[in-house]
Amino acid sequence: MTEIPADNSPRRLSNAYQNWYRFSRNPTAVIGAAIVVIVILAAILAPWITPYPEHVGAVVNFRARHLPPSAEYWFGTDNVGRDIFTRTIFGLRISLLLALVVLGTAVPVGTVLGLLAGYFGGWVEIVIMRITDIALAIPPLVMALAVAAVLSPDLINSMLAIAALWWTWHTRLIYSITRQIRTQEFIEAAETLGASKFHILIREILPNCVSALAVKTSLDCGFVILVGASLSFLGLGIQPPTPDLGTMVASGSAFLPDSWWESVLPGCAILVVALGFNLLGDGLRDLFDVQEVR
Amino acid sequence: MSQALLSVDNLSVDFSTYGQTHHVLKNVSLDVPARSQIALVGESGSGKTVTMKAIMGLLRQPPATIAGGRIFYDGRDLLTLPDKERLKLRGTAMSMVFQDPMSSLNPVFTIADQMTTILKYADRRLDRQRNGRDRLARVHEVLTQVRMRDPERVARSYPIMLSGGMRQRVLIAMALLSEPKLLIADEPGTALDVTTQAQILKLLKDLVEARGLALLMITHNLGVVRETSSYVYVMNKGQVVEHRPTAELFAAPREDYTKALIAAVPRLTGGTRFGTAEVAP
Amino acid sequence: MEFLAFLVRRVLWSLLVLVGLSIVIFAIARIVPGDPARMALGPTATAEQVADLRADLGLDRPIVEQYGRFIAGLARGDLGRSLLNERPVASDIRDTFAATFELVLFTIMLAFAFGVPLGVAAARWKDRWPDNLVRVFAIFCAVTPGFFLALLLQILAGYVLHILPTTGRLPPSMDFAADITGLVTIDGLLRGRLDVVLEGLRYLLLPSIALAAATMGQIARITRSSMIDVASQDYIEASRAFGVPERVRVFKYMLRPSFVPPLTIMGLEFASLIGNAFVVELVFAWPGMAAYGIRTILQKDLNAIMGVVMVSGVFFVLVNLLIDVLVGFVDPRVRIRGRRA
Repeated sequence: MTEIPADNSPRRLSNAYQNWYRFSRNPTAVIGAAIVVIVILAAILAPWITPYPEHVGAVVNFRARHLPPSAEYWFGTDNVGRDIFTRTIFGLRISLLLALVVLGTAVPVGTVLGLLAGYFGGWVEIVIMRITDIALAIPPLVMALAVAAVLSPDLINSMLAIAALWWTWHTRLIYSITRQIRTQEFIEAAETLGASKFHILIREILPNCVSALAVKTSLDCGFVILVGASLSFLGLGIQPPTPDLGTMVASGSAFLPDSWWESVLPGCAILVVALGFNLLGDGLRDLFDVQEVR
Repeated sequence: MSQALLSVDNLSVDFSTYGQTHHVLKNVSLDVPARSQIALVGESGSGKTVTMKAIMGLLRQPPATIAGGRIFYDGRDLLTLPDKERLKLRGTAMSMVFQDPMSSLNPVFTIADQMTTILKYADRRLDRQRNGRDRLARVHEVLTQVRMRDPERVARSYPIMLSGGMRQRVLIAMALLSEPKLLIADEPGTALDVTTQAQILKLLKDLVEARGLALLMITHNLGVVRETSSYVYVMNKGQVVEHRPTAELFAAPREDYTKALIAAVPRLTGGTRFGTAEVAP
Repeated sequence: MEFLAFLVRRVLWSLLVLVGLSIVIFAIARIVPGDPARMALGPTATAEQVADLRADLGLDRPIVEQYGRFIAGLARGDLGRSLLNERPVASDIRDTFAATFELVLFTIMLAFAFGVPLGVAAARWKDRWPDNLVRVFAIFCAVTPGFFLALLLQILAGYVLHILPTTGRLPPSMDFAADITGLVTIDGLLRGRLDVVLEGLRYLLLPSIALAAATMGQIARITRSSMIDVASQDYIEASRAFGVPERVRVFKYMLRPSFVPPLTIMGLEFASLIGNAFVVELVFAWPGMAAYGIRTILQKDLNAIMGVVMVSGVFFVLVNLLIDVLVGFVDPRVRIRGRRA
């Protein structure tokens, strides 16, 4: 057979030039990466780049209520006269923090469990994969709602509730990859040479999961932020006056359709953040040639 | 030259990938006279599959471009033929036996479904009138010709229910559906074990001889060449480097490349020769 | 036969999942909060009132016995009584579930009806403008928060264009009780009330679009990638070589094997779809289980919360069983081998 694929779809290429060629020709990856970098920088630098950093707190300025977007207030003002642009930029912090905490716990836990289930098989596999099946059946949002109801409705509890379910996706992903490569010859070779199980898991199998994991984690950043925004939209996010995008959409929606900017613009901000992570994930998938994982 | 059933004349094909152009075929010429058994041999990447795809009209353009040359079938240049006319030949007058019995059959449709569909559209292209029952009867007939013991049952089966050898015979039957004059076989049976492959090749040779078809056998295996063809084209790096009658080629290969290929053939010492292998269904 | 064995095995696993789910829910509701009775009665209740309620609910019994009662109740379809108004939770959920079911059903139909053709088109014109358009559209659908899309649709259709109703299931003026299946559109059909069916659909449209968008985006993406994957298979090249027209190749030979991944994804995504239903129902004042769930959660009505989570889980498990059956129909390999390919 010839080495040229019939459909000319890009396959894994080791050549650095070809990787660069593909990355630069892949607008989704470039745009996604740009959005993610800008969002993260904006969140970190919020106190210095926003026009009214003091509006983060319980400031009231009734003369400037419900002002439409202008040069002075880019995103307009809310019902107590605070600058929505400032609060939106600060709101990014909560969204990113949520993604960081949830994925910071879910990814390592999910990866370890997936590796164990995929490599050892037997009862380890049965126990771990059945638990993921159970966790998969509970909508994260509903779980977070229930936990928030039982404990107190705050951000930490919501994060814990989401993280308690989110690892299942990573476990399933790593499990399926591990299952695929467990039987391959380089693993058998390492086993024959007497490599420890730990060595095989960490040095042989894990590196093969990294690209899929990167794609999945990038996509998940977007989805976790969406779930978090939904929670705060329902009133179970961080307590006011700390700015939170979902909460802003909810409180702004009371003034629809006249003061549309109060809910629409923070909503757009959520959309843009989620979009950035998704484009980045998609672009990485094309670059690494990882299969569709969700 | 021009009385050959299939004649490839100075064919050149380029591929462009990632902004670079590769000359995949360079001035390839070959002839397949009617009722002849010709082999096209070369290792992976030599251009034999691209040649086959160009003949069948299966090259995707882009990335491929025909940079020059002509392909005659029955005196007509396929490359200048209108698409509609060309489609009348594909799968009917000239047909293909696919290589991999495991992946060349659609896993979610029955054999009968796949074969009658092929027949239905072949009939439509050739303005043949035939109803569904007649088509199914034709499918059973062809399956019998490839020595299936229970053609009705095979037709009702999904590919997964059949063994590799049976699937390969289904692929041969598919190629025979519309009574082609030219059969292009792409390394049939390579994916099977040696004994089954020998049976498949024997079956193919018998069928071709009995029906007076021309066979173009595309392979990397010179052992297969010796058993199935009377004339050989050797390809390397997109060019035909040597072409001679099979016996001559084996007796005195001229090119170093051919010598290397011959040296690489595993010798079957004592016992099974393809010609004598028992064909069990 | 193998398929039947496969299904039996799947049903048994599903039961196990449900038992696990009940343990998780029980743990959240009974162990985490400390004292549900105190929670339900609030800080103003006397110690005596709390003790009474505890005895009433069996909270003074050992935890294992409490779980035993819980699971025995579940098996009978009894989810206990609301801590607030003493109404049986099961009947409250039953009343509201039909509305959610109708919404979800319509949503899934929308998601497939648009997601699959979009995915097919994208795969057919891979890397050309239809593909790029579909990919961008699918990504936007997947990343738009459900509640935000719901609000946008409300503004657009309700306030700006005035074409579609933005809250409820039927106009208040319309006198109709969905008392056969509980689904307005189906019952309308059964009673021969075409006006009800049409109005029902009009009211369904906006909420189901808001709910379907994310799932539709995922289905379009998965359909696209699995179509592209199938397109490179030898059997598609073979059917091309045998002169099978492109239309048949795409819609028959490629679509059917490509249909399994979107179905599977639908099953996995179903949990997040239910989650999204919570916000969408709230925005559109849809009288469903999710809206009921939100209310009970805000009121800290533990039995009701447990009921809602449990029913969501059962819904998920049943949908996934159904999907397994469908996958078996689509792919004979599953039917014959008795496991997922």
